[in-house]
Amino acid sequence: MGFTLDVEKFRDAVVELIRRTSTNLPEDVLAAMETAREGEKDGSPAKSVLGFMLKNAYTARENSTPICQDTGTNIYLITIPEGVSLRKVESAIVDATREATKKTYLRPNAVDPVTGKNTGDNTGTMAPFLHFDEWDEPAIRVQLALKGGGCENVSDQYKLPDSRLKAGRNLDGVYRCIIDAINTAQGLGCAPGVAGIGIGGDRASGMIIAKKQLFRKLTDTNPDPELATLEKHLFHDLNKLGIGPMGFGGNTTVLGVKIGTAHRLPASFFVSIAYMCWADRRRSMVFKENEVSYD
Amino acid sequence: MIKLQLPVGETQIRRLQVGDEVLLNGIMVTGRDAAHSWMIEEKPDEVRELLKNTMIYHCGPIVRKSGGTWSFVAAGPTTSIREEPYQGDIIGEYQVRGVIGKGGMGPKTLAALKKYGAVYLHAVGGAAALLAQAVVKVHDVIKLEEFGVPEAMWVIEVKDFPAIVTMDAHGNSLHKNIREQSTKIASRLIGIE
Repeated sequence: MGFTLDVEKFRDAVVELIRRTSTNLPEDVLAAMETAREGEKDGSPAKSVLGFMLKNAYTARENSTPICQDTGTNIYLITIPEGVSLRKVESAIVDATREATKKTYLRPNAVDPVTGKNTGDNTGTMAPFLHFDEWDEPAIRVQLALKGGGCENVSDQYKLPDSRLKAGRNLDGVYRCIIDAINTAQGLGCAPGVAGIGIGGDRASGMIIAKKQLFRKLTDTNPDPELATLEKHLFHDLNKLGIGPMGFGGNTTVLGVKIGTAHRLPASFFVSIAYMCWADRRRSMVFKENEVSYD
Repeated sequence: MIKLQLPVGETQIRRLQVGDEVLLNGIMVTGRDAAHSWMIEEKPDEVRELLKNTMIYHCGPIVRKSGGTWSFVAAGPTTSIREEPYQGDIIGEYQVRGVIGKGGMGPKTLAALKKYGAVYLHAVGGAAALLAQAVVKVHDVIKLEEFGVPEAMWVIEVKDFPAIVTMDAHGNSLHKNIREQSTKIASRLIGIE
């Protein structure tokens, strides 16, 4: 069960993965939006806005153009077999990113925070963002999410206890933080969004857990029954807020709530919320020596 | 649906109300963070004629150049509130009749809309593929080298570009209303009324 990396083939496969992610919204997201549209009143702005979003998604798919011009932070979760060079994988992904930018699947989005200069090709320090794991399969799995700046700006992190929200260090406290975060976000993160939640960890790992939740399908069920219940409860209550698509009012404020956890320090209890816009662009591929499959 | 031809006069803009759906036609200009601070700090004269009686679109597009001609590939709105410190003054200084973006803006801009006769138009965020199709021609680009593609000021011609009035020249803001309502519900859900 050996695996030898053909760097060039891998790079080309990643370019195709970027194209698919940027231009083709996942089926479960489209289905959730179609259901949401059904649930809005006839003649309401909510219904027409959801219709416009769906039409946009189908147009982007048909024309192979980006769904949204903000192709955002490129977040990669990469799972490799033992012995594959991380540096080679990283450099192939960086090359693929440059190529995908040239092909206008991605907007030049990497800006030096000191000089203000845009590198023009989406590469730079921590850009794209890569996270590596290892598995036993003779293949590389690459999961990619494109997360725009509007929804990143409304993502948030709470520290429990929080006296304003009367939130203690328990799941009720977590519930309070998330209600507050989504209400604070209003339509600014391009509602209806998906709330990826990380409970625990430190400030960095908690947010990574939150972002990892965004790779889950909207239709899945949390394996932890207590968290599964909280996800359902939050989904129901958040959609009572009335914020609606783009914040114009309506019954659809979120398309999903996904919760993960990480062990925390005795002194810290963070609740991290990674808000993902309705243009919930995530795709994956499994790259084998003689075959590439995309999902 | 109300068709608006750009350039547009103050009287026509003052007739618009929150909730009106409009289709924009004519020439407008994109501008976001770098452009807004530039317009306030350096008060450039080169954009005066361009901005008078038209709209600023908060947008950082994906563009393509073929055969020396630019075109828009993806061009949805960006978050407007970042321009709150500048927007009201820019509307006054350059006689802009409106801004198009997403998420709405704050009290300073709302006051300027009333004072100078302008509106805030909300486009559907993320709907970049469809909105780019409404951009029929790129006439010019300002500060491309210095600001980069997303931040440059693109002078574009639009045809039936759809948007909704969410802040009008009468002091009304849909965003303020929705926030007040949802905050009441949130407080009730977590029992901190």
